[in-house]
Amino acid sequence: MLMNLQKAEYILRRLLTSVFVLLGLTVITFFIARVVPSNAAALYIGPKARPEDIERVTKLLGLDKPLPVQYLVYMRDVLKGDWGTSISSKRPVLQEIASRFPATFELLCTAMIIAVATGIVVGVISAQWQGKWLDILVRAASIVGVSVPAFWLGLLLQILFFRNLNILPLSGRVDSDLRFTHPIMVTTGIYLIDAIIHQNWVALKDVCLHMILPALTLAAYPASLIARMTRATMLEVQSQDYIRTARAYGLKESFIVYILALKNAISPTLTVIGLTLAYALTGSFFVEIVFNWPGLGMFTVRSLLNLDYPAIMGITLFGAIGYVLINLLVDIVQTWIDPRISLS
Amino acid sequence: MRDPILRIEDLHIEFRTSRGVIHALQGVTFDVMPGEIFGVVGETGCGKTITGLSVLRLLPRSARITQGNIRFEGVDLLKISQREMRSIRGGKISIIFQDPSTSMNPLFTIGFQMNKVIREHLKFSREKARERALTMLAATGLPDVERIYDSYPHQLSGGMLQRAMIALALSCEHSLLIADEPTTALDVTIQSQILQLMRELQQKLGVAMILITHNLGVVANMCDRLVVLYAGRVVEIGESRSIFENPQHPYTRGLMSAIPAPGSRGNRLSAIPGNVPIDPGALKGCVFAPRCAFVMPRCLKESPVMFHLSKDHASTCFLAERGDLF
Repeated sequence: MLMNLQKAEYILRRLLTSVFVLLGLTVITFFIARVVPSNAAALYIGPKARPEDIERVTKLLGLDKPLPVQYLVYMRDVLKGDWGTSISSKRPVLQEIASRFPATFELLCTAMIIAVATGIVVGVISAQWQGKWLDILVRAASIVGVSVPAFWLGLLLQILFFRNLNILPLSGRVDSDLRFTHPIMVTTGIYLIDAIIHQNWVALKDVCLHMILPALTLAAYPASLIARMTRATMLEVQSQDYIRTARAYGLKESFIVYILALKNAISPTLTVIGLTLAYALTGSFFVEIVFNWPGLGMFTVRSLLNLDYPAIMGITLFGAIGYVLINLLVDIVQTWIDPRISLS
Repeated sequence: MRDPILRIEDLHIEFRTSRGVIHALQGVTFDVMPGEIFGVVGETGCGKTITGLSVLRLLPRSARITQGNIRFEGVDLLKISQREMRSIRGGKISIIFQDPSTSMNPLFTIGFQMNKVIREHLKFSREKARERALTMLAATGLPDVERIYDSYPHQLSGGMLQRAMIALALSCEHSLLIADEPTTALDVTIQSQILQLMRELQQKLGVAMILITHNLGVVANMCDRLVVLYAGRVVEIGESRSIFENPQHPYTRGLMSAIPAPGSRGNRLSAIPGNVPIDPGALKGCVFAPRCAFVMPRCLKESPVMFHLSKDHASTCFLAERGDLF
């Protein structure tokens, strides 16, 4: 009872800090976006803008008002769901993000599931075989995994599995012929789920095949990091007194390793998972370009090249919210794993 | 005479370190009788803890048993399989460690940890194991056992945790309990309570106990017999009364004079000069000779052998052999 109260208080406190983090972030992105473009109004109109047009648009966009006022207006609009209008497409930014998010979300989730599953399993095995050839192999592979750039790994996989072996598709989310033979009815925008909901098994197989290479490319970095972290914490945990106690009381070795030790090792690993998600998000931008994946990454790169600052601000804010939410989630899961956390 | 429940014979243990081999135990021999409290006494680094861990085959990876055997209820523990060993650990022999706050897993409740051990060894159902755990917790004098059963280690004080640890250590009808400095990490005020409790339960359940400690005062109050280890060797062994009344090794005498006596305020405690040698295997002659106040030329050349003063008191000192120590 007391525990639950402490837990609730802790979660509430974490929620509050998250709100402040987000607020601080909007201040930073807003001011950077207002300082970086030399003349936002001119950018909005295009290369052939006349001075009187620029003046008109400056008024229209509220760019003549003092910066703090502009910020307040911006925040009011953000909270109302108006995240500005993309300069290049002239469509609402939030709409642009919403239409592309499912593709990125699907890729990111698949990659993270692969990364967490392989990372933890490989890390535990590596720790169990400490110093043996398997452990050395895993450690070498994980160093490669964290150091190889995602776009290069993506290209390499494409050459191997598409050009040489020809067993996996080159790029995209689905085969272009599928649009005519077995079109996917979009309900959630996440094709894997949509295909299952509408029992479109042909499409499901195709979506899965398209998912493999980009997901693996994106998973390489977080998987390596999680594996290294899991290995290190497993080794540390196994030298603890309470593990010796468990052995001294004749518990099964598998129970000691996979339940007693792993639960202790998972906490630091979970923190790493939260952090790698940020890397995975930026990583997904490169991966999306290499694999021609119609997600947020492509949109971001295009917006950056076009200096489409409302879009950039929108994406930044959106990414930040996602990041803060994930870390909040990690913290909440932590309190559930480790009863000591809500006390600190 | 009854058979001993545990017989350690000529046990040699080596540590392989980056700086070479260290001989941690060299020919330790002693018997523990059923139902008795047997003290293992010595300074830090004398091999007490290693002796305790070796009985459960829980030595660190770098340690090797190079010679000797450990017989528990007639079975050579060094020859049985891992599986058989596992059923003896926690099933027949249990152990209490020095620091209760680190020897319980912080992420599982006391109840979960006790329940698992009881089910493993007594093959009880979950519900029956819970009852057993609650009974044992209550037997250690803990109040509100249902709440403690559902508590995590960090929610209990050191004394309460050590009681829970004792409850765990006695929950499976063990016949031997190894207590490795069970009160060292606790508050002084709690130490005597815990020792009292251990003796009470030990007598009630009739379990034999090996009490490993550096504190001779604790041993004097608790133990029937004891062995004094120095640098991995037995220096004196026998009935505690006999040893306390008539210590027959200069090291034992040194340890005894290092116990603060009541009413001795203001007097400096005497200490044995010097330290335990790091690798006693490298020394020639008696291992205690470099620190001994009574050292003779012979001590530096020959290793003294066990000299029996009576049926149940022996010492490895040339002076004891000559009867010259007093």
